[in-house]
Amino acid sequence: MKSRLAVSRRGLIAGASAGLGGLVLAGCDRLSRAPSYRDLLNSAEGLTYRSQRLLEAAQPLAREFPASAISRIFKLNGSIQPGGAAYHALLADNFASYRLAVGGLVARPLSLSLDQLKALAARTQITRHDCVEGWSAIGQWSGARLGPLLLAAGLRPSARYIVFHCADDLGGPGSPYYESIDLVDAFHPQTILAYALNGQPLPVGHGAPIRLRVERQLGYKQAKFVMGIEAVDRLDGIQGGKGGFWEDRGYEWYAGI
Amino acid sequence: MSASETAPQSAPAAEKARRREVIYRHSLVVRVTHWINVLLISLLLMSGAQIFNAHSRLYWGAAGADADTPIFQMSAHARPNGQLAGTTSLGGLTIDTTGVFGVSQYHGATVVQGFPGWLTIPSYRDLATGRRWHFFMAWAFVINGLIYLAFGFLSGHFRRDVAPDRDQITPRHILRSVWDHIRLKHPTGAEAKRYNVLQKLTYLVVIFVLLPLMLATGLTMSPGMDSVAPWLLDLFGGRQSARTIHFVSANLIVLFVLVHVVEVFLAGVVNEVRSMITGRYVVPGD
Repeated sequence: MKSRLAVSRRGLIAGASAGLGGLVLAGCDRLSRAPSYRDLLNSAEGLTYRSQRLLEAAQPLAREFPASAISRIFKLNGSIQPGGAAYHALLADNFASYRLAVGGLVARPLSLSLDQLKALAARTQITRHDCVEGWSAIGQWSGARLGPLLLAAGLRPSARYIVFHCADDLGGPGSPYYESIDLVDAFHPQTILAYALNGQPLPVGHGAPIRLRVERQLGYKQAKFVMGIEAVDRLDGIQGGKGGFWEDRGYEWYAGI
Repeated sequence: MSASETAPQSAPAAEKARRREVIYRHSLVVRVTHWINVLLISLLLMSGAQIFNAHSRLYWGAAGADADTPIFQMSAHARPNGQLAGTTSLGGLTIDTTGVFGVSQYHGATVVQGFPGWLTIPSYRDLATGRRWHFFMAWAFVINGLIYLAFGFLSGHFRRDVAPDRDQITPRHILRSVWDHIRLKHPTGAEAKRYNVLQKLTYLVVIFVLLPLMLATGLTMSPGMDSVAPWLLDLFGGRQSARTIHFVSANLIVLFVLVHVVEVFLAGVVNEVRSMITGRYVVPGD
């Protein structure tokens, strides 16, 4: 009788602990979904952004690696084959009819062919790509520097962000992939519109014909299949209003961490 | 339970009063920052498990992804009978961890993920929200930690309470303390008024090595911070190495907490927890 009581007491304690744990977890899940609590958690992003921008006042470069460090296989992730007739038509003629549209808050909107892009001020860099999931891969990227391109288009003083519109239909029809960066990153020397990976024309899986490289942020900022660049003063009117495809789905707009 | 509380009623009053000596052991700042840290580290560990689950493999070096060989991983594979098995591998050693690591149950469904849902925040797969929790709590952890460190140095807490006293760092004293721990024997009387030497050394390692290491390896995973402080990459052997060290350190913190809590129970849970809440500690009689 006594031992049965002891067992049931132990069972009670175990049950109570499991119940308490379950309550705590359920509480965290409820908080995770509560808009006001999410706003509180999201406030950390502003702190991280401002702190890192302060520390990065001298515009330091992301580390560049020797050729020997290049990953044997650069993992393909996200959208690796856009659908849509327009992209397939471009692919069919090997991007001969591709035109990068540069518009928005610029004095001289541009429309640039791949050859014209390749004639612009270029940079080649061997850098580390960090996916938000946790893995990293190293590759050599070559492309046109974004800063001089924006100056050539006559970026207006009212512009605060650069938005990249993509051919990537990861989110289904009506919500194409897009990304945005601030002007600090747009004019960073390593921010390029890459047209080559490891000395070869950019493969479709890695974003042909043009992929943004913004080396001090995570992988989802490195927009693939870039079709158009738009200078804007605010982000809230574009798609979900958070400045990017994954941002509209809860991820940080500032992905420097 | 302290000896004084079980002292026979017939003991003389003066004797009883001497035995129930109460000291003010923990200052307000130490108590408050301690409990905030309990909450923050719990939330950091659990949101960290959510983040780990997004890629439940660890590497050494600058880079590492699916095509590279991990040094540690939690994964899943199908058994010949078609059922899913979860495994955890360290180097060449692989053990079956079905039900906990690799493959677990979540609301009645079998899920393939590193840590089970009951160890992650949120309990369902949501990397974006896990990151939001993690970085918010990381900032709070930094602020709480800085308050504690500033207080620890300025008030003399580290020098007086945490740094081992001269008589405690003799081989003889340390061996004696190891032997006492093995026998689960805790100091009494005057000796119970200070932390024992193993306790002090452990606290020093946690405060000045383990917790700062968590922060530093966490920052090394930030591509922004890597541009500001590239020496972090050299210090830890690359971003993926930093991720691995971050994971190992997190596990060492879990180990510390387990031992810490077991010691609290062995030393007298009521007296110890009360002293961490009110500051007042009943000195166990000889």
